[in-house]
Amino acid sequence: METLSFGTILAFAVNAILIENVVLSQFMGCCPFFGVSKKSDTALGMGMAVTFIMGLASIVTYGVYQWVLIPLDLEYLETIAFILVIAALVQLVELALKKLIPALYNALGIYLPLITTNCAVLGVCLTSVQEGYNFLSSFLYSVFTALGFTLAIWIFSLIRTRIEETCDIPRAFQGFPISLIAAALLSFGFMGFNGLSF
Amino acid sequence: MWIDILKAFLALGIMGLIFGGALSIAGNVFHVKEDERKGKILAVLPGANCGGCGYAGCANYADAVVAGEAPCNKCPVAKAEGAETIASIMGAEAEEVRPMVAHIRCSGSHDIANKKYTYYGMNDCLAASRLLGGYMTCQYGCLGFGNCVKKCPQDAISIQNGVAMVDRDNCVGCGICLDACPKGVIEIIPKDSTVLVSCSNKDPGARTRVACNAGCIGCKICEKNCPEGAIRVEGNVSIIDYTKCTACGICTEKCPRHLLEFSK
Repeated sequence: METLSFGTILAFAVNAILIENVVLSQFMGCCPFFGVSKKSDTALGMGMAVTFIMGLASIVTYGVYQWVLIPLDLEYLETIAFILVIAALVQLVELALKKLIPALYNALGIYLPLITTNCAVLGVCLTSVQEGYNFLSSFLYSVFTALGFTLAIWIFSLIRTRIEETCDIPRAFQGFPISLIAAALLSFGFMGFNGLSF
Repeated sequence: MWIDILKAFLALGIMGLIFGGALSIAGNVFHVKEDERKGKILAVLPGANCGGCGYAGCANYADAVVAGEAPCNKCPVAKAEGAETIASIMGAEAEEVRPMVAHIRCSGSHDIANKKYTYYGMNDCLAASRLLGGYMTCQYGCLGFGNCVKKCPQDAISIQNGVAMVDRDNCVGCGICLDACPKGVIEIIPKDSTVLVSCSNKDPGARTRVACNAGCIGCKICEKNCPEGAIRVEGNVSIIDYTKCTACGICTEKCPRHLLEFSK
């Protein structure tokens, strides 16, 4: 991907958001997907927080990989190095937001520290390194993947609210079990995008 | 090979050091000044985030106390000493908060209150109350299966001869037991109150007499004799306004049923 035309970016976006949706096709980031999808407001908040952190993390991990790990022949340390980088980054962003943009800090609330242990963030950074993306495309890939996460968690939160409000669920399926089933059906739905190819 | 291990070790170690240093610098640069009373209150609170106060965690409760939205004695774990410490942190105006305790508005123990039928069901107040409003003739009283005992985080309630009793030394007045009682016989009163009405029966006097020997018949003698106007009879049961009660004890002498307890 040397030259980024509008067409390639669009194909890239469709691929990351729909076809290889991070939650529903790759099954990464399932914890926040189930944990914070009870209300659509909080789901969107979580999605925004993930987008923000994924974008930043892709920039920083790209730098660490290119200028620290490759020169030292330490590519095999990418996983542990990225965990370190992401954890420190999230802490730093949290501190900075608390001081500089308290409104955003309060809006993101508990989700920011939760992202520290979100495997989707680490997974995206590792994937873009392993695919050999350049700086711009790894950033775009991360943002699009995060938007895919936001889309999935938002749709799922709407499904869950509707289940809670209108459906008469058998007692054994109430709460978490029916959510798992709903997630599986939603995942089937996203499988349909596999037919798209560019 | 040793060079490789050393290189990996040093690379990660130095990265960790850099990030740690950057974080500590950022911690100072971006330090947000919070109300220093919040930190002090947090130090008093247990930090277990149990939610017994009704807030999401100890930090949220501390925020609410600092903002003046929550009373100082809501933490059921920090107990009275903790409440006093928090009150002293918050300053003089908060010290006037009277510590509260739960009080069971029923004294119909097995030998005093009559029964409608013999109950063989689950050991649960809610289950028992669903069967014709409970097995007691009085449909307002304590059923004695101890749903409040199970809920109490302080182990301050016990069942004695079929009626719940509150241990005032342990009770912190958190009010969790209020929701546990299907009959609603528990009320929260000031800890230093000495005159107590231990009956919730709203039936007319004649029916109350049949049901229980310790029932308030709503005769209004206490209301008429109270020099402070602190007692009123509402729905055939007397209610004490503890902001007016001076614990003179006249009502306890005048009550024809000897119901108004005067405990020291």
